[in-house]
Amino acid sequence: MTERLRFYQTGSFAVRNRLLPVVDASVQSDPGRANAITSGHRACQGCGEALGARYALDAAMRASGGRMVAVNATGCLEVFSTPYPETSWQIPWMHSLFGNAAAVASGVAAALRVTGRDDVRVVAQAGDGGTVDIGLGPLSGMFERNDDVLFICYDNEAYMNTGVQRSGATPPAARTMTTPAVGPHPGAPFGQGKDLPRIAMAHEIPYVATATVADLRDLEDKVTTAMSIRGARYLHVLVPCPLGWGSASRDTVRVARLATESGLFPVFEAHDGEVTSVTPIRRRVPVEDYLRIQKRYAHLFGEPPATGVIAHIQATADRNIRRYRIEEAPV
Amino acid sequence: MREQIEGSQAVARTVAACRPQVVCAYPISPQTHIVETLSRLVMSQQLGGCEYLNVDSEFAAMSAAIGASAAGARTYTATASQGLLYMVEAVYNASGLGLPIVMTVANRAIGAPINIWNDHSDAMSQRDSGWIQMYAEDNQHAVDLHVMAYRLAEEVSLPVMVCMDGFILTHAVEEVDLPEQTQVDAFLPPFEPRQILDPDDPVSIGAMVGPEAFLEVRYLAHQRQMQALETIPRIAAEFAAATGRQRDGLVTPYRLEDADVAVVALGSVLGTLKDAVDALRVRGVNAGVLGITSFRPFPLAAVRAALGSVGRIVVLEKTLAVGIGGVLSSNIRTAMADTGTPTTTVIAGLGGRPILQASLEQMIVDAHRGRSADLSFLDLNTGLVERELARTRASRRSGPAAENMLRDAMADAVPESGARG
Amino acid sequence: MNGRDGTPFAITLGVGSSLANKTGSWRTERPVYRNALPPCNDACPAGENIQGWLYEAEGGDYEAAWRLLVADNPFPAIMGRVCYHPCQAACNRAHLDEAVGINAVERFLGDAALQAGWELPAPLPDTGRSVLIVGAGPSGLSAAHHLRRAGHRVVIREAGPLPGGMMRFGIPAYRLPRDVLDAEVGRLLGSGIELHLDDRVDDLMAASRGFDATFLAVGAHIGRRAYIPAGESAHILDAVGVLRDTADDQPPLLGRRVVVYGGGNTAMDAARTAKRLGAEEAIVVYRRTRDRMPAHDSEVAEALEEGVIMRWLSTIRHVDEGSMVVERMELDADGFPRPTGETEELAADSLVLALGQDVDLSLLDGVPDLEVVDGVVTVDDRMMTGHAGVFAGGDMVPSERTVTVAVGHGKQAARTIDAWLRGEEYRHAARPALADVTSLNTWYYTDAPASVRPTLDLVRRISTFDEVTLGLDEDTAVFEARRCLSCGNCFHCDNCFGVCPDNAVRKFAEGSGAGDNGRDYAFDLDYCKGCGLCVAECPSGAIDLVPEQI
Ligand SMILES: Cc1cc2nc3c(=O)[nH]c(=O)nc-3n(C[C@H](O)[C@H](O)[C@H](O)COP(=O)(O)OP(=O)(O)OC[C@H]3O[C@@H](n4cnc5c(N)ncnc54)[C@H](O)[C@@H]3O)c2cc1C
Ligand SMILES: Cc1ncc(C[n+]2csc(CCOP(=O)(O)OP(=O)(O)O)c2C)c(N)n1
Ligand code: SF4
Ligand code: SF4
Ligand code: SF4
Ligand SMILES: [Mg+2]
Repeated sequence: MTERLRFYQTGSFAVRNRLLPVVDASVQSDPGRANAITSGHRACQGCGEALGARYALDAAMRASGGRMVAVNATGCLEVFSTPYPETSWQIPWMHSLFGNAAAVASGVAAALRVTGRDDVRVVAQAGDGGTVDIGLGPLSGMFERNDDVLFICYDNEAYMNTGVQRSGATPPAARTMTTPAVGPHPGAPFGQGKDLPRIAMAHEIPYVATATVADLRDLEDKVTTAMSIRGARYLHVLVPCPLGWGSASRDTVRVARLATESGLFPVFEAHDGEVTSVTPIRRRVPVEDYLRIQKRYAHLFGEPPATGVIAHIQATADRNIRRYRIEEAPV
Repeated sequence: MREQIEGSQAVARTVAACRPQVVCAYPISPQTHIVETLSRLVMSQQLGGCEYLNVDSEFAAMSAAIGASAAGARTYTATASQGLLYMVEAVYNASGLGLPIVMTVANRAIGAPINIWNDHSDAMSQRDSGWIQMYAEDNQHAVDLHVMAYRLAEEVSLPVMVCMDGFILTHAVEEVDLPEQTQVDAFLPPFEPRQILDPDDPVSIGAMVGPEAFLEVRYLAHQRQMQALETIPRIAAEFAAATGRQRDGLVTPYRLEDADVAVVALGSVLGTLKDAVDALRVRGVNAGVLGITSFRPFPLAAVRAALGSVGRIVVLEKTLAVGIGGVLSSNIRTAMADTGTPTTTVIAGLGGRPILQASLEQMIVDAHRGRSADLSFLDLNTGLVERELARTRASRRSGPAAENMLRDAMADAVPESGARG
Repeated sequence: MNGRDGTPFAITLGVGSSLANKTGSWRTERPVYRNALPPCNDACPAGENIQGWLYEAEGGDYEAAWRLLVADNPFPAIMGRVCYHPCQAACNRAHLDEAVGINAVERFLGDAALQAGWELPAPLPDTGRSVLIVGAGPSGLSAAHHLRRAGHRVVIREAGPLPGGMMRFGIPAYRLPRDVLDAEVGRLLGSGIELHLDDRVDDLMAASRGFDATFLAVGAHIGRRAYIPAGESAHILDAVGVLRDTADDQPPLLGRRVVVYGGGNTAMDAARTAKRLGAEEAIVVYRRTRDRMPAHDSEVAEALEEGVIMRWLSTIRHVDEGSMVVERMELDADGFPRPTGETEELAADSLVLALGQDVDLSLLDGVPDLEVVDGVVTVDDRMMTGHAGVFAGGDMVPSERTVTVAVGHGKQAARTIDAWLRGEEYRHAARPALADVTSLNTWYYTDAPASVRPTLDLVRRISTFDEVTLGLDEDTAVFEARRCLSCGNCFHCDNCFGVCPDNAVRKFAEGSGAGDNGRDYAFDLDYCKGCGLCVAECPSGAIDLVPEQI
């Protein structure tokens, strides 16, 4: 076959490509997908976390053949999915506390192993607060012991469930309720925050990856890869939050896309502590394109605009692009 | 099997006989010997079918125990003092979720000032956590309570805390009749979880409950403990039948039948108390002792029955509820509210302060004569505290209290206690 | 209560119970599937459903694609060669890289049909009505096709010896091979259309007697002359005549150096034909600059490739035997050409005038209520002339003069006539909103520049009348079809089904039509919160967000 026949219109960008063989179909295109989290949950309109969770867990369900349990930290995902008397989960699921998801998952994995049920896989999930801040101790312990747990962080870059406060994952200049857009240096300070994927890599666990809700196939591939490995695995998924970011509910995927296309959120995967692949930027955009559509950065675009701050953020994007070599793909 | 054995090792060996499937371990004195022994048993494969998790904190220990229990494994952990406080959030969570975890608390004081020695402040801080709390009088009792704890926890789907005095019991070497594996197996059936994370029958565990049902959830938790008041004596009886060792389960009365004065206490001090009572009875003072084994659920009826005929009650406590006094006392007063029996509180043994038999005898004699204060502190160095109080009154900035008192204490030549921790 | 026996009350719940919580009540806007008008369809003078047939072609069902195509235009193989494809000029893909090669795929389908012998759909049962069509050019043939399909009796009267009109006697064979023309016209006529050749209509009123309606499509065949002072033996011809004679296998003698006067497509064809007939030099003289030439860019480019010489900003002042005088022009401030007085002598054996064609309206003498303005017959937007029951289309009515427009007129006239015959008035269907590029989410489309159609070797081009532009092979045609963005119409990418955070899109089997008004998807309004994410992430802009009526 000629080179040309490999062209499939939307390639793997859309959820489904009817021109591709069924074996290549995404999990989300399958009418029989697990819908691990189903309708009726109380997430805000356009919630990236609700979307990311279904993407990730449905993929994990397919990879595990439905043999899976999930552990959830406190946070939006937990609160909007399980207010008594209703739950949106269709898989075995457990919530214990805000900071202990990794440890609970370690316990679940240990129990499954010791009771001879280690065909059942364990996925732990938490928001960025539950991951990079309050949950970091148990998470680091889970990593270090190399427990057989896939930990997924749904990063919406703040404590959303409690009404948008700064977390260790809140980016510089973003306004939150605890880093308001007032004073000489409005928004979250520069020079702070944690880069959890790299911290995870430093544990030399078998698998670390980042993904976003803007690239479903990539996300599903990474979950699938993660599920094919035993031991501690970490997946960091960027999930825009319309409420906290002040973006339009319809723009959730777009914002995530701009985060990667600007270089602010590098998408890569690492095996045993080494970066093994990166998702190249397809159509690079200046960070301004990303910042402008979010009210949490509105103070950067006043009269006069905070060009210095924007340049500083741009420098971060440029650094990421250098660090992960995610320049635009050669045409 | 009778053996001269350290309390921690006896407990560890007994826990092992209960065939725990997941043990979550984090070191803290004076509990450390227990998990060390268990680790040796697991790694040497003497205890098979058990995952031993070296976790990163007590919070993680209890959390892993929660996960393991919810996934259907019999689960064990142990802690003390700061460790118990560090895991508090998860402690409440375990009971809220109804997970039958068994945890040993090697009772120890809580800092600051940091202190590794025994008192009951740690466990008492968790009295309202929803856990069942059993207090061991001696190491035999501790050993037996652990076996019964698993039976109880799994039967009522609640976690059980077995409290044993740090160092005094954990590090004491004495003869203990360790339950045989066959005895334990006969007494303790394999764990059948009431709820389990299972892909074949999925459930959501740990929902958020709002005002519309929270009160009911709590009410039901209370009812469950109330039901345990009936379960505990039954299990104790079955345990007696299986091992030949008589255990009351809820309370242990001693020479109360004709007592004028009863001393109520928890834990290892009961031994010294009984010696004091025996000695006093020789001197004509009719005293008795009531040991509380089950502090949660609190056996109001059993206490009332045991103390019904005494004239005076002294509650001896190894905890100080700062700002009010006793903790056990208020529970006893609740039990005895209708009787009007005069009840006083004596705080003793905090932070490992030795409780001398002579002091206890004096305490009982004072009570017998109706000369005890509502709240008193056994062997309190009154001179020392008076001087410190005077100093604070003189100037608002009197310097660090602990330092001052230490200086005074040195002057008074109170024996120094080494610190480990 | 969703608690489970034996499990802690309220804390442990049975799965999936949130379905009881109908979050659709939060909605203030609702998504609605729509079919917006793709710009290509909008621009196609024949009203083809281009997006629709490209969709079928993408998947490799060429016959389905062809069937959808011929429902609007019975000449895909011809269109794929001569259409100036305004659809491509409108194509949204140009905003990404280059327009979809619609025309090339159309030709591929047309050729595939001829090769496979696919038949046009059979006519409906006879209606007992009959229509006279005057002229067997593209417009007349198109109308005949649609009317015949509707079950009417169709009689075509054609003055010439063969059907096809300008497609046969204007457009040179190197652009439209005669076998292709014959095949497609023949297939069309095979449906029972009565064609009378060499049967010129001179008196319409007489001719239309006995018919229920008449469609006029006589084209524009009279070459326009301009007054140019000329010597006696000056050799002056008109382009249409040259092309007609060439097509008729009686090529005129043009000499070694031929000058063509005019800047339209006909001028290009005349110059290129002159080259093929042996002229060493073919020179096009045009008053204005290249960007103002009415000829299509591709035709100018091909002419230049073949060695045709262009003299822009020039007029012919005087013609003599063997030479002519040319004056240089310049553009004034408004862009109009203005003589400069500078002249130059040009050696030339013949001058071919390609200054446009006029309509021969003599057959209309005596038809009442018919309006003629600027030499063309006035029609309304449904192709009816002022005289009830007489319709007209193609080059003889005011409009752009292309085969495609003529075909479109034929189709429109057929619809109007069909309604007329049933005693109804034809009404245009409401035009859906245009799917302009801003309504798309082009992120999802893979980068893919257009494929280039191969062309015939230059040497062979200028020496023969072999077809210059060749067709795409199947791989390339499919590739090209798949470049289509499916503007404004669902192409089953499942994005809405995937991106809904509320799992509020239901998906049914492709083609089942079990979803919202015949679609394969449905919005579950019990749960849709109206976030608009599906709307924003629909690549083709096939979902609208409309305010909820509260
Ligand atoms: C040289 C040249 C090249 C062209 N190239 C292109 C091109 O590449 N692409 C494009 O889209 N367009 C092209 N055109 C324009 C296109 O050919 C015409 O616009 C189109 O053919 C018009 O179609 P029609 O049916 O209206 O008329 P015609 O095609 O002109 O057909 C009219 C028919 O009516 C017949 N007729 C006339 N009078 C009578 C009568 N009284 N009785 C009976 N029959 C009669 C004629 O013989 C003729 O067959 C070109 C035109 C020319 C001249
Ligand atoms: C120990 C503890 N501290 C604080 C809280 C309050 N709390 C609940 S959720 C939450 C924020 C969660 O943020 P994150 O983990 O980022 O998840 P998100 O809600 O943003 O998805 C906080 C602070 C808590 N429940 N427990
Ligand atoms: S606050 Fe943000 S993360 Fe939470 S439910 Fe709303 S959109 Fe989702
Ligand atoms: S991309 Fe396809 S549907 Fe859109 S204008 Fe071009 S050909 Fe038409
Ligand atoms: S994405 Fe879902 S919730 Fe949002 S508008 Fe579309 S169907 Fe409704
Ligand atoms: Mg968050």
